[in-house]
Amino acid sequence: MRPRRGLAILLGPPMLWLVVVYLGALAVIFATAFWTTDPFTNLVVRTFTLENFRELLTPTYLGIIGRTLLIAVLVTVLCMVVAIPFAFFMARVAPRRLRGLLLAAVLVPLWASYLVKAYAWRTMLQPDGVIDSTFGATPGFGLAAVVLTLTYLWLPYMVLPVYAAFERLPESHLEASADLGGRPWTTFRRVVLPALLPAVAAGSVFTFSLSLGDYIAVQIVGGKLQVLGTAVLQNITLDLPFAAALGTASVVIMVLYLLAVRRTGALDNL
Amino acid sequence: MRTSKKSLRGTVGTVAAVAVLALAGCGSSTPSTPGGSAAPGGMQVPDLKALDKLGTPEGQVNVLAWPGYVEDGSNDPKVDWVSDFEKSSGCTVNIKTFGTSDEAVQLMRTGQYDTVSASGDATLRLIAAGDVEPVNTSLIPNYADIFDALKMKPWNSVNGVAYGIPHGRGANLLMYRTDMVKPAPDSWAAVFDQAGAQKGKVTAYDSPIYIADAALYLMTTKPELGIKDPYALDETQLAAAVDLLKAQKANISEYWSDYLKEVQAFKNGSTTIGTTWQVIANVAQSEKAPVEAVLPKEGATGWSDTWMVSAKSKNKTCAYTFIDHIVSPKVNAQIAEYFGEAPANKKACAETADPNHCKVFHAEDEAYFSKVRYWNTPISACLDGRTDVKCTDYATWTKAWTEIRNS
Repeated sequence: MRPRRGLAILLGPPMLWLVVVYLGALAVIFATAFWTTDPFTNLVVRTFTLENFRELLTPTYLGIIGRTLLIAVLVTVLCMVVAIPFAFFMARVAPRRLRGLLLAAVLVPLWASYLVKAYAWRTMLQPDGVIDSTFGATPGFGLAAVVLTLTYLWLPYMVLPVYAAFERLPESHLEASADLGGRPWTTFRRVVLPALLPAVAAGSVFTFSLSLGDYIAVQIVGGKLQVLGTAVLQNITLDLPFAAALGTASVVIMVLYLLAVRRTGALDNL
Repeated sequence: MRTSKKSLRGTVGTVAAVAVLALAGCGSSTPSTPGGSAAPGGMQVPDLKALDKLGTPEGQVNVLAWPGYVEDGSNDPKVDWVSDFEKSSGCTVNIKTFGTSDEAVQLMRTGQYDTVSASGDATLRLIAAGDVEPVNTSLIPNYADIFDALKMKPWNSVNGVAYGIPHGRGANLLMYRTDMVKPAPDSWAAVFDQAGAQKGKVTAYDSPIYIADAALYLMTTKPELGIKDPYALDETQLAAAVDLLKAQKANISEYWSDYLKEVQAFKNGSTTIGTTWQVIANVAQSEKAPVEAVLPKEGATGWSDTWMVSAKSKNKTCAYTFIDHIVSPKVNAQIAEYFGEAPANKKACAETADPNHCKVFHAEDEAYFSKVRYWNTPISACLDGRTDVKCTDYATWTKAWTEIRNS
């Protein structure tokens, strides 16, 4: 009997936290999305309505959802394009001493404040900023700036799992492939890529979800760009139920994405 | 994509079912909104009593204020009218600033703040929702010296009961980079019809209330619309303002509500022209940005702010002494000069560092302020007195603004 009680005491508080604070908050958001507001005072009125979800399916908001998805996908793809060769170099080519240094170089930016990094990009992207004076042009504030900034911010989350996957990949597999007549490209496609896929999927969970929910970097470098996060922010003061409905949309997208990723087996590796 | 959209709808359905269950679970809760009817004359207000006498100071006061209204030296050591008050009154002042009236209303609802400097587009919402209570003006000795033109106005009193103490007033101005915008603009056309001249460099205020700025511009440029009051727009008039703002959006670089971000944008030239407050122009100039702010010939929207006391406040004595301090001649003069507005206290005019401040900001010039349209909450009963049409309320403005921002 005693070990059971011990287990209950050990698991009780975290479970309570998970159910009440974490899932409870989500449930409250869902419930709020079915309420409406008083047109004058903007107070939440607890009468049931589906109006918020109906409005979510109008072109304006489908446009915002589409734009946010596009940003998340672009950031994820860019992170992959940068992270895979870099992680390969780190794990397979670089000498052991350099490896630690490179790993530190990837991790160090994570210690700097998110805001500092976002504002640094604002300064770099502005007219006469570093990018303008170096390349003679700047994308300015907008979609491109947001994708660039978010790619920079979330890159370590992609590099780390991919690096780990490359490191785990046994040399003997590559040799066996070569012995059996596989050219480098075939080896990459048939041996390396399948081993890498779960790691890339795991990394993409971070880059995708973090991009999907971001609204601060968007405010700093996005100019007049409107995404799901900023739309929630804009509505949260005036129309809380609609903000909740928008929040629900991003939760739904994330759940669908996680289900898709689970099929690759990536979640077993997390 | 098609399948994912389908399954999205399916999931929404499931979520809906879950939420209905959740709702049934807390079905015992009753609607919490008090009356909140939109009729201006017969606005239902919660029955709250003003404080009848001051007690002992509670030790602190939590203040919600526009940036620049309550400075304790943390932004600029030379700008400080709070520290001395803290010592003499025994009330520690905790300051939180906000960027829009909507944010102020939202923060005030948390019940964590004792007093707020609310503009006219927030005051009635706070009163109707029971977030603020009437104030006992006899407990504010400096109330006697406040300009009569500011007392007991539709935005700071209801049915003859005062709900706040006037703070000061001013106009939203047009700011521009003197080196990049030539010739110097004297009309709001520079950010509307002729905004193309500064394509991608225009800024606008990020709040539904900015629709009034477009409406004000249309009052002179499109008299056939018949707009009499930029806060009383019928469907057609609102649509015209929305179209103007959608056209403007093509030339916008950023919308602002954080004043420091606007200062930075003007400093680095990513924004060259747009609406502003005097304090922003002052800060930008002090940081060596070549900017100028003018009142365009069409007039402007503006504000007349009110200090209000939270109904949930536990520090009312400190809140009252704090408000009295803020509207005292010396402090009111300091704020008026720092923020760039007309003070509310008559005697403040004698205390300003620049003896001409009250003249420059037209503190006693009612003719001037008749051209300034103070921020007000649009409601379905037309504020300009028309009874043959229904006007658009703030909820409609909010939807319209979201549409503009997302177009």
